[in-house]
Amino acid sequence: MKPTQTDSNFYHQVVDCQWACPAHTPVPEYIRLIASQRYTEAYMVNWESNVFPGILGRVCDRPCEPACRRGRIDEEPVAICRLKRVAADNRGDVIPLLPAVPEQKNGRKIALIGAGPASLTVARDLAPLGYEIEIFDREIKGGGMMWTQIPRFRLPARVLDEEVNYILDRGVKLHANYEVTSLKAMVEQGYDAVFVGTGAPRGRDLDIPGRTAAAQHIHIGIEWLASVAFEHVSRVGRRVIILGGGNTAMDCCRTSRRLGGESVKVVVRSGFDEMKASAWEKDDAVREDVEILNFLVPKAFLHTDGRLTGMRFEPVRAVYQGSKRSLVPTGEPPVEIACDEVIIAVGQENAFPWIEQDMGVTFDSWGMPVVDRVTFQSTHEQVFFGGDAAFGPENIITAVEHGHQAAISIHRYCQGLTLQERPPPGVTCVSQKIGMHEWRYDNDISEDPRYQVPHADKKIALLDQKMEVELGFDTAAGYAEAMRCLNCDVHTVFTEKACIECDACVDICPTHCISFVANTGEQQLRARLTAPAQNLQQPLLVSAPLATERVMVKDEDVCLHCGLCAERCPTGAWDMQKFLIKMAQAC
Amino acid sequence: MSYIPKPSFRHPQLPVNDLGLTVRDYEGALSTLCAGCGHDSISSAVMQACHQMALEPYRVAKMSGIGCSSKTPNYFLNQAHGFNAVHGRMPSVTTGANLANRDLIYIGMSGDGDTASIGIGQFIHAVRRRLNMVYIVANNGTYGLTKGQNSATADRGSLAKKGSANPWDNVDLVTMAIQAGAGFVARSFSGDKAQLVPLLQAAIAHNGFAFIDCISPCVTFNNHRGSTKSFDYVREHNTALNRTDFIPMKEEITADYQPGEFTDVCLHDGSVMRLHKMAADGAAGYDPQDRVAALDHIQRRSAAGEVLTGLLYLEPNAPDMHEVMETAEQPLNQLGERELCPGREVLQTINASFR
Repeated sequence: MKPTQTDSNFYHQVVDCQWACPAHTPVPEYIRLIASQRYTEAYMVNWESNVFPGILGRVCDRPCEPACRRGRIDEEPVAICRLKRVAADNRGDVIPLLPAVPEQKNGRKIALIGAGPASLTVARDLAPLGYEIEIFDREIKGGGMMWTQIPRFRLPARVLDEEVNYILDRGVKLHANYEVTSLKAMVEQGYDAVFVGTGAPRGRDLDIPGRTAAAQHIHIGIEWLASVAFEHVSRVGRRVIILGGGNTAMDCCRTSRRLGGESVKVVVRSGFDEMKASAWEKDDAVREDVEILNFLVPKAFLHTDGRLTGMRFEPVRAVYQGSKRSLVPTGEPPVEIACDEVIIAVGQENAFPWIEQDMGVTFDSWGMPVVDRVTFQSTHEQVFFGGDAAFGPENIITAVEHGHQAAISIHRYCQGLTLQERPPPGVTCVSQKIGMHEWRYDNDISEDPRYQVPHADKKIALLDQKMEVELGFDTAAGYAEAMRCLNCDVHTVFTEKACIECDACVDICPTHCISFVANTGEQQLRARLTAPAQNLQQPLLVSAPLATERVMVKDEDVCLHCGLCAERCPTGAWDMQKFLIKMAQAC
Repeated sequence: MSYIPKPSFRHPQLPVNDLGLTVRDYEGALSTLCAGCGHDSISSAVMQACHQMALEPYRVAKMSGIGCSSKTPNYFLNQAHGFNAVHGRMPSVTTGANLANRDLIYIGMSGDGDTASIGIGQFIHAVRRRLNMVYIVANNGTYGLTKGQNSATADRGSLAKKGSANPWDNVDLVTMAIQAGAGFVARSFSGDKAQLVPLLQAAIAHNGFAFIDCISPCVTFNNHRGSTKSFDYVREHNTALNRTDFIPMKEEITADYQPGEFTDVCLHDGSVMRLHKMAADGAAGYDPQDRVAALDHIQRRSAAGEVLTGLLYLEPNAPDMHEVMETAEQPLNQLGERELCPGREVLQTINASFR
């Protein structure tokens, strides 16, 4: 193999959590700040990157955690998401730390449609640059789906409002209760750019027999959740069926449990493991006595005189042809489940009835706008999309990243710069060595198993749909969990010309990551190492040829970043360097 | 040395041996030697050899004297027996231990000071008695613990760290060991585990005195230009006589080499040592079982300024001390009182035999 190009992309990739995070939040950096009880700074590192640390510390989809290196050497990854909440819960006053918004505006006006996470991110990034920002939302307050679709027992109103208001209070004008009915009219009002962050607002329906007749007791998941959020709905039947296996279904079933649902069943077409809901959300539902029934395809709503009495399902099993799965009827008799109400949570769709066909925004055959994946610009140069509105339902953290990118594009567009050219990230790489065996980070990693977040007493929690279930780590548990982080952003940096090939690093490495071998192609090289490098997702760090004509190969897969290689290196050929990458933002 | 304990997390695909152990189960305490010390590589090679041979650590006794080298048994095989003897007295203590319990595998870790200076008298007689043990000298040519004086194995003319040339001739331990009757004599280099690990395995399998002179650079006091025991010097002057594969007894030997490229030597326990001849000058006709030729070759290569490594001499079937002395098959520490104190009548028989 050729020597590895140790550029910022290589090092970024090694920081699995940060690489997996759509917004590339510097996770190990803020975890270290939490460990040193610098909660406000930890919060700000988050806020700068992901805008909603308190919210995301509760309800993030956490793509970082399955990626966490700790999960490959220990039972479970670091509780990254819950640590974010520790920073948010214990922070001091951050308002003086937020970027100043100039009194003197730059003369550019931007309209943001929808007040969800994508639009709020655009507002946050552009307001400090002097843009005049106006947000339009049909609901009575900002927050978008974080407000309407996420139940309060997972995300208390106080937490949500606080972080939404950090943005809205900074000279951003919110037109609440304002339904935009024409994009064309919006553009013609003289905005320099319009950003569409209207989410995926339409819940998918299920057109099977009985749907119309029993309509009174059948609800669409996200609409029903919004009704609960606005307190239009405060009761549900005793026996409830939720259709669908995603996170919305989990929110619906748990909300039902709080509104009088005693027998709540989630019925899913697929198997338990293939359900789209996050594992922890399924766990939380099961913990609240929700029954999850798998491999049942809904066939009919059963009713007598317009009163829903139950549902009929066809039992199926999964048949695989390669990686393609199909659900085949088992031939068993249909299953009937009695119920009083049904909530359909089988997916969400985008809907843009308010965007005129002839105004220059092109839609594809799926009814989705044609949006550039890098710039988030539509085919109309003044119109940008982000969040679920751009490419379909994702999650909050993805919407935030879309917002950052769209803000960069809008800023460049307003300056007349090309959009495809993106500003580079800010990168620093600093040696952590301060003594013979002393480092500026704590390399003595904890071997504790993952700490569990305490939950409120189920009996009490189920009485009130606004009572938060998860109580969050206290500072002691937060510290202990923070110490589980491997500091993957402190990299093992190798300097060939200093190496004397004494093998000290090879001998000390607890996870046998380092080998000195004859060079060959990647496939053979991976098999030739002290421990085989079978995880092809993880790169090899390959040096230039050394004095013996061998190369140093380090398998990044299970490196603990403990720095023992650097401590045992007599010549300083290994160094531990903290690599901080700050993704470019408009502001 | 390092301040943090080595994390116990290990590579999930780390190979396990027949005992279900990974090489990490053969570790000892974290080394307190200087970072980069060759001795740590030797410790690591011992762990690898024991792991690959699936030795139960409790069957091993680690013996040592005094010196940097003699600290190393603390850094491998935590579950093995160990005895840290007085300076230079490891061979004598091991002789006693071996007499008392012949079932253990004795691995002696010594250094150039411990063996070639204060312990030279002990060493030579353990060799002569063909004590069944593996005797490793971690040879760095310097007294690291006392800040870098030339040791007895330092070559004449080798420069000390401050620049003075060593005026004395060196003690060549491999020559000495061959002359005194060792049945297995090798020289290796801590920076070449591919060579060292199979040699260690064969040495462990060998019945009798197995001696490995392992050049192990002292990174602190003897790894500079002008030293003949530095990483660079050894790498530049290393002439490997042969390459060894160790094939354990139970593994089938598959011939994937052309005849003539190698020689198989059957060791005492049935395992096989396969010697691949290297293209080095003079190695073509080299027969490691010819003692005189071996001594001659070592002298010539040494005179040519080469560091000759590999298996230098092997006498696989020479009787060891127990066989020569016709000691009891059962270790003394397992004999009962009846066998150990057979009584007045037996004593009278013995006395009568002398009359």
